[in-house]
Amino acid sequence: MSTNNPGTGTRAEAHTVALELNGERRELEVQPWTTLLDLLREQLGLTGTKKGCDHGQCGACTVLLNGRRINSCLTLAVMQDGASIVTVEGLANGGELHPMQAAFVEHDAYQCGYCTPGQICSAIGMIGEGRAQSKEDVREQMSGNLCRCGAYPNILAAIDDAAEQTREALGKESNP
Amino acid sequence: MNPFTYSRPGDIDEAISLFSAGSRYIAGGTNLLDLMKENVTRPAGLIDITRLPLHDIEETAEGGLRIGALVSNSDLAWDPRIEQRYPLLAKAILAGASPQLRNMATTGGNLLQRTRCYYFYDTGTPCNKREPGTGCSARDGLNRIHAILGHSPECIAVHPSDMCVAMAALEAMVIVQGAGGERRIPFADFHRLPGDTPELDNNLEDGELITALELPAQSFADHSAYLKVRDRASYAFALVSVAAALEMKDGTIHAARIALGGVAHKPWRKPAAEALLTDQPATPESFEKAADVLLEGASGFNDNAFKIELARRSIVRALSEAAAGDAQ
Repeated sequence: MSTNNPGTGTRAEAHTVALELNGERRELEVQPWTTLLDLLREQLGLTGTKKGCDHGQCGACTVLLNGRRINSCLTLAVMQDGASIVTVEGLANGGELHPMQAAFVEHDAYQCGYCTPGQICSAIGMIGEGRAQSKEDVREQMSGNLCRCGAYPNILAAIDDAAEQTREALGKESNP
Repeated sequence: MNPFTYSRPGDIDEAISLFSAGSRYIAGGTNLLDLMKENVTRPAGLIDITRLPLHDIEETAEGGLRIGALVSNSDLAWDPRIEQRYPLLAKAILAGASPQLRNMATTGGNLLQRTRCYYFYDTGTPCNKREPGTGCSARDGLNRIHAILGHSPECIAVHPSDMCVAMAALEAMVIVQGAGGERRIPFADFHRLPGDTPELDNNLEDGELITALELPAQSFADHSAYLKVRDRASYAFALVSVAAALEMKDGTIHAARIALGGVAHKPWRKPAAEALLTDQPATPESFEKAADVLLEGASGFNDNAFKIELARRSIVRALSEAAAGDAQ
């Protein structure tokens, strides 16, 4: 863990953080003001996670942090030292798409595709939370992910279709 | 964002000792980082408090619950003790923000989120809350979301929280720690009205850290309702919200709490309105009288005068739902 002393001067220094990123352990140097989203996209070239509004209003930057869905634009990379992060790039198993990814393809659950990685990560996070019992619940609990193309009916169909397989996949992860 | 220093203390005393002028504590970061990106807030240093041991929900000796300041909004709303004993609080939390934000945002941080007044965020316009003495752009500007109660010539902003409205109705206690030790602040005294110092949202001293919130045993579990009225069905701030909580027996009210959100610089309560309901039958007439008292002195601006009638109807509806006992 890095705890640089801020009292030693006005110039901020880079910090070292250790992350498990898509299953791989990484040690990275980050500036204090680098958001997790900017670390992923700018520093690591993982551009699957999208920058939509950069203010936590659109959900395009959604990733799974220790299994929970969050807006990566509103957290600092330096604060996530020791965390496990899964982005859309880490969902597939080799060449085999995650059931939620496959369902999005199957149901044509996008138009321009910009919100899709966030939608998929959010949907997986939601199923992990286990609080969505009805289609109405899914609509409410996916409200943090906007789709400007309006592909919502197909997004909901994809989530509905992949829910059970996703639950099974999550169960295997938590009970290795 | 402007450059800043970063530190990550391991205990509360260390966190407080690291605080200096220009520092800010950070936990969920969902509002603070947004304000930093917009250049509204420019801390010289962030003190990351997420590793402090403030993540637990515990029973208190008085039969209530003590909620660590770092418990996330999701964990709080979904805690079985909160769901069963304080459904008003669970419902208010789940009415706010999005699932992603609720996973990040903390209990303590929710109290400290700042207004969503457009002009507070727009550094190109005058704003007494952002830059004291520059004026209020909202008074004669776009003010659909602004205050109808407790506003001042200097500021008509509202506090945006849902959770705090329920906390106000439940009379939570805010536990804070600073260089001078621990203080317990009743929820009603935590936030403040803008007056001529709208830059101050609350009564925390510099460097004080919220460590916990305590809920009293009285939970109004059988008769409470949280009603949030907004421009879209989900993921929007309240135009008006109402936390209504009643103790009832055989159709008669024995205790009442009503708190309003979206209408003032702090969750709005008025003991006289609650006293008016005590020992009264739970009827629409009683609720209308309480609403009148609660909204005494309300005044709107160009775009938001509709909120006064909206609030009146929302209060009656929320109280009716609470009395019916089918929690909404």
